Amino acid sequence: MQLMSVVDVRRLAVGYDGREILHDVSMSVRGGEVVAILGANGSGKSTLIRTILGLVPTTRGEIDLFGTPQRKFRDWARVGYVPQRLGAGSGVPATVGEVVASGRLARRGIFRPSGSADKKAVREALTAVGLLDRIGDPVATLSGGQQQRTLIARALAGHPDLLVLDEPTAGVDAASQEAFAAALGKFAAGGGTILLVAHELGPLRPLIERAIVVHEGHIAHEGVPPEPAGHHADPGHDHLHPHAAPEKDKICVAPTDRITAV
Amino acid sequence: MDLFVYDFMIRALVGALVIGLAAPALGIYLVQRRLSLIGDGIGHVALTGVGVGLLLHHSPVISAVIVSAAGAVGIELIRQRGRTSGDLALALLFYGGIAGGVVLVGLSDDSSNANLMQYLFGSLITTSPQDLVVITILGVAVLLAMTAFRPALFAVCNDEEYARVSGLPVRTLNLLMAVTTAVTVTIAMRTVGLLLVSALMVVPVAAAQQVTRGFRSTMGLAMVIGLGAAGAGVAVSAEIDTAPGATTVILALGAFVLISLGGGLVRTLRRRAHQPREVEPPDVVLQS
Repeated sequence: MQLMSVVDVRRLAVGYDGREILHDVSMSVRGGEVVAILGANGSGKSTLIRTILGLVPTTRGEIDLFGTPQRKFRDWARVGYVPQRLGAGSGVPATVGEVVASGRLARRGIFRPSGSADKKAVREALTAVGLLDRIGDPVATLSGGQQQRTLIARALAGHPDLLVLDEPTAGVDAASQEAFAAALGKFAAGGGTILLVAHELGPLRPLIERAIVVHEGHIAHEGVPPEPAGHHADPGHDHLHPHAAPEKDKICVAPTDRITAV
Repeated sequence: MDLFVYDFMIRALVGALVIGLAAPALGIYLVQRRLSLIGDGIGHVALTGVGVGLLLHHSPVISAVIVSAAGAVGIELIRQRGRTSGDLALALLFYGGIAGGVVLVGLSDDSSNANLMQYLFGSLITTSPQDLVVITILGVAVLLAMTAFRPALFAVCNDEEYARVSGLPVRTLNLLMAVTTAVTVTIAMRTVGLLLVSALMVVPVAAAQQVTRGFRSTMGLAMVIGLGAAGAGVAVSAEIDTAPGATTVILALGAFVLISLGGGLVRTLRRRAHQPREVEPPDVVLQS
């Protein structure tokens, strides 16, 4: 069971509005593995996991989840998704407990009311991320890092086998990052599989068994997590990036073929 | 209160209470999605349905349910596409709805202005026993759907992508919301009228969330405020001879103002009580 492939991506291509973002990507994650997808902003790393989760349609290629083609996959309770931030819909206050309880719906279904097993799972998940004392507080009053921990608790509450996280540590304070790493470590120690996207690994680094580096829509490296390079290696580096460099001059190359044709 | 010895007043009161309870139960999801004005738009579309009903000598309520449900599903499909042109498409649909309604009502046999006003601003005391049956059945259905599916609807409105990854039937739940909105608009047409329908869905929620901390408590309190405003609206309007719909909305807005002020006062007092006043040390060296 441990050797079964949990995520299997073969020759995947994805594009929006006619522009291809991922070209011919193949990768797989085995049961119990902790894999990080790394890459610069705009490399296509978030698109890759969003496509694996079915949020972005594929252009070409195949994705299997737990050995089932993604299109036919129905057992979504086995997958716990942790998005980058809390959804935009927050016009009405909601407590931490209410948000985490959403994580039980995949297990319970929409017709069955919440029972004692659901309440227990919510409390356990909040304990795992160290936020049980905030269960009755509105999520809007939490710090960014605590909100992120609420989202991981929501995913853990459904007792998934695979946890998929999109940039979990982006903009998260140090205390929350460590609470985060501890919760993920416990999940992995219990045999869980983790696939996460990150810009930098930070305190999650000791957990990562394998890294996949995405660059310009291709897989550029796969194996041991690469050491941070240059000023990224400084402990005090705060990762403020200017906008990506403009594309090389390909767009403005003179159409020499037409010039000669005239 | 001797007004409630009349049957028509009792019918008016029951109809208002059903809507006062059902409208905020649905409205909370619209507010959570930041779609507070969608009820207003569907109200515009429902007027075309009223026009169709009057023109064909059918019940305007039934044709309004059908037309506004079709409009709501159309709006939901535009929203799912998630394109910026959706905003403009909504505007076209809304103005098409109200203009179509006014023209169709004008073409019908019963084309008096009073008739049009009755649908735009409500006409509670003309509620017939048959109307009341329809309002009660549909109102209870809306209430049941909104409370029974609360966890799933909350999940969809709070984080639609997460709900999709959880394997929830997101599209079906969204269509359920769209159709329920149309039904609520149409039954509330009698009480507050199509131009004020949205207020009954949104204002009680806005008032409740000034003092609540969670989604469930907001929903409960909003329903209590909706019920209170609707009941008081009927009674007050009968006493001082004003339009019941507008009176209900004014009362709900009054509740919003009072609760906001009260909530703000409680928070300030609590903060004062918890934080002892700190005296800043002087910036200069004091010489004795």
